[in-house]
Amino acid sequence: MSLTDNIEADGFDLKSFLDPEAAGEVIRVMQICNACRYCEGFCAVFPAMTRRRQFDEGDVGYLANLCHNCGACYHACQYAPPHEFGVNVPQALAAARNDSYAAYAWPAPLAGLFRRNGLFVTLGVSAGLALTVGLMLAMIAPQLFWGVHLGEGAFYRIMPHTMMAAVPLAISAFVVVSFVMGWRRYWRHTGAKWSGFPDLVDAVKAAATLRHLGGDTSSGVLSGPGCPTGDDGSSNARRIYHQLTMYGFLLCFAATSVGTIYHYGFGREAPYGYFELPVVLGTVGGIILCIGTAGLFVEKRRLHPSVRHDEGLGMDYAFIVSLFFVSFTGLLLLAVRETSFMGVTLAIHLGVVYGFFLILPFSKFVHGLYRFAALIASAGEARRS
Amino acid sequence: MLDSNSQPLFEKSWDIVIIGGGNAGLCAAITAAERGCSVLVIETAPREFRGGNTRHTRNLRSVHDEPTDVMTDRYTFEEYWDDLMRVTKGVTNEPLAKLTLESSQALMEWLIERGVRFQKALSGTLNLNHTNAFFLGGGRAMLNSLCRFAESVGVNFVYEAEVTDILLENGFCESVDVTWEGQSYRVRCKQLITASGGFEADLDWLAEGWGDAAKNFLVRGTPYNKGKVLRVLLDRGAQPVGSLDQCHAVAIDARAPKYDGGIASRVDGVPFGVVLNKSAKRFYDEGEDFWPKRYAIWGRLVASQPDQIAYAIVDSEGVERFMPSVFAPIADDTIEGLASKLSIDPVAAKNTVDAFNAACPDGPIDQMSLDGKATKGLTPEKSNWSAPISKPPFFGYPLRPGITFTYMGVAVNDRAQVLMKDGKPAANLFAAGEIMAGNVLGQGYLGGIGMTIGGVFGRIAGAEAARVLNR
Repeated sequence: MSLTDNIEADGFDLKSFLDPEAAGEVIRVMQICNACRYCEGFCAVFPAMTRRRQFDEGDVGYLANLCHNCGACYHACQYAPPHEFGVNVPQALAAARNDSYAAYAWPAPLAGLFRRNGLFVTLGVSAGLALTVGLMLAMIAPQLFWGVHLGEGAFYRIMPHTMMAAVPLAISAFVVVSFVMGWRRYWRHTGAKWSGFPDLVDAVKAAATLRHLGGDTSSGVLSGPGCPTGDDGSSNARRIYHQLTMYGFLLCFAATSVGTIYHYGFGREAPYGYFELPVVLGTVGGIILCIGTAGLFVEKRRLHPSVRHDEGLGMDYAFIVSLFFVSFTGLLLLAVRETSFMGVTLAIHLGVVYGFFLILPFSKFVHGLYRFAALIASAGEARRS
Repeated sequence: MLDSNSQPLFEKSWDIVIIGGGNAGLCAAITAAERGCSVLVIETAPREFRGGNTRHTRNLRSVHDEPTDVMTDRYTFEEYWDDLMRVTKGVTNEPLAKLTLESSQALMEWLIERGVRFQKALSGTLNLNHTNAFFLGGGRAMLNSLCRFAESVGVNFVYEAEVTDILLENGFCESVDVTWEGQSYRVRCKQLITASGGFEADLDWLAEGWGDAAKNFLVRGTPYNKGKVLRVLLDRGAQPVGSLDQCHAVAIDARAPKYDGGIASRVDGVPFGVVLNKSAKRFYDEGEDFWPKRYAIWGRLVASQPDQIAYAIVDSEGVERFMPSVFAPIADDTIEGLASKLSIDPVAAKNTVDAFNAACPDGPIDQMSLDGKATKGLTPEKSNWSAPISKPPFFGYPLRPGITFTYMGVAVNDRAQVLMKDGKPAANLFAAGEIMAGNVLGQGYLGGIGMTIGGVFGRIAGAEAARVLNR
């Protein structure tokens, strides 16, 4: 893949793309790894590496996003520091991955947000929150805001449904466009090829089980050793918490979708009963999302210092924390919805949710996007080779 | 486990002290600790480089009568035996060899039960899955698993501690002298297991067998295998086994580090071009057989050339035929230019390559088979895969002998007891691993058998030492 193939009309320029130092380190390390290959059983990164003799920046973007940062290869490495080869694959790929998030982000001027992401996420969420609360207070009578509302449409007495739905609709449109652009950039930059639905199926399976965070590609869901906690142990905790987070998020998303169907399809307005589908999905999803994010937060802190990429950590924490608040405020709303605190809790929850979605394309959420794309590409490569 | 606080460890009296924390030492340590013995493992390397050459290994050769998760097909005792006899040409202690092979399958299971992970069988053209099981993540991952397990059953470790002497009287060992953080300690033990590897990192010792050529050897493995414990044992009357100049050496990239370059320093391009010596002359049939069957002789071949240096030269087609190496090849658009960059005579190099090209047969080569594409009229001829080196750019790899391990060690019996010069076994002194591998592998090379010998005799040594203590 030549350099010029990757320069798009919209000024998407490969040369100014990844930090040359970070990309250069990945290339240096991959050349050593490719002459060793002891790690080929760990995950998809190493088989992908063996299919190449040389590595360009596109390969760096691809391999960086294929890596799940479990650290197994580092602790197994005969060339890890203090060896003079100084091989640290997880850290090299993490640095390049962090760069790649900014590089693929759309719109490009906002890409810089990735660099100081921790702060931005917090600012974004707070701004969203303030905006929502402010709007509400301005639009409704305070006595209504602090009142107790029961029965169908209770939420919409605080904030009209059209408005509650219009804001996320606008945000969603932006997010979807941004994701499509990001995906397209990733796909072009890495030279990925689509070779059929079996690849998609394989990628879905890998994501559904988080196969590559198991420390052993061939092992089952929880029979793998998991991520090393150093050279003296390993644990599946990160894998479990990540999946709780992911499935929790998907359940919450499903809850919202079912609610929307109830609203427009059957003319039934929220809030719904505790045992109705949207509430059950949201409650279960919210609880496991809370557990998952809290656990991930702890596990991130426990990551082995040699494997951890400190520059990217702010982004990780910010995403985990904001996701925790999305679910926590949702559960809180459920708990207080029949009290006079419903109004303010609804305002906070909506603010957190809007803020979360608004910055989705610039948050750690994109790791899922690019990793999934990388998994599809990797499945395709494996099938073709 | 106890690095910074090791001093008290030296003051204790141990049931069993084990010198060396590689595969053999760990198998011995776990076996003994599981039988209730107090065990101290003395490792000379820092924790990051622990485990000797086990850190650089990748697999273990094992008998299996049917396909398993990690090995394809089957590899019977008879096949294994034939392979061993072929490479050693009979230079082996047959009862010990038989014991090793017979115990290999149980060793695999034993390791798996103790947390060692093997990688699923690979499908590939050059795969060894038929005979060998590959550690998931290689030898260091295997070491980490075994150390973790050993600690969980109460084995104590001390790192960066060097054994300087063993007090051995009439085949009975009372204590070992250890230097740690500049201080000397005398550590008392009831049983001593030496699993401290060979002497390949001591170039002076190698020079006793190889002469000055040894100075130009690169040591592929750990710099800590200086053979000090082996020297002490021999000085104290242990019976030697194997000859001084026997070693496993391959041709590796001359730009590799002096020590510890490991697997990545290999160059697999020899069969797809020519190899020139310092005088720009060819000196051996590069296409004699498939590379996996021939790479083990090239260390010796290069070692016997002037200044122990050679240069593999391929063209832009040849370079695609083998695995990339860790050092980018030296490249030029002409043979003369390449020769200059390699510091060999350009005119002589050009003449050699031209003569080779003229002697090549027509038609494409087939690297998947012994294609019989041989040169005609050269000395030496190249028997297979002879294609003209004619498509620029041309690439050169400087080669040096890379020593992996030595064969000379101490003689043992089937209980892993060290034999003294009078032929009697030492009462409480055992050996396992590379320090005694020469009993089984007297010469030649069989990939992965070193780990089998280490594991099998490590377990025997641990069990026998514990048995003597009635554990």
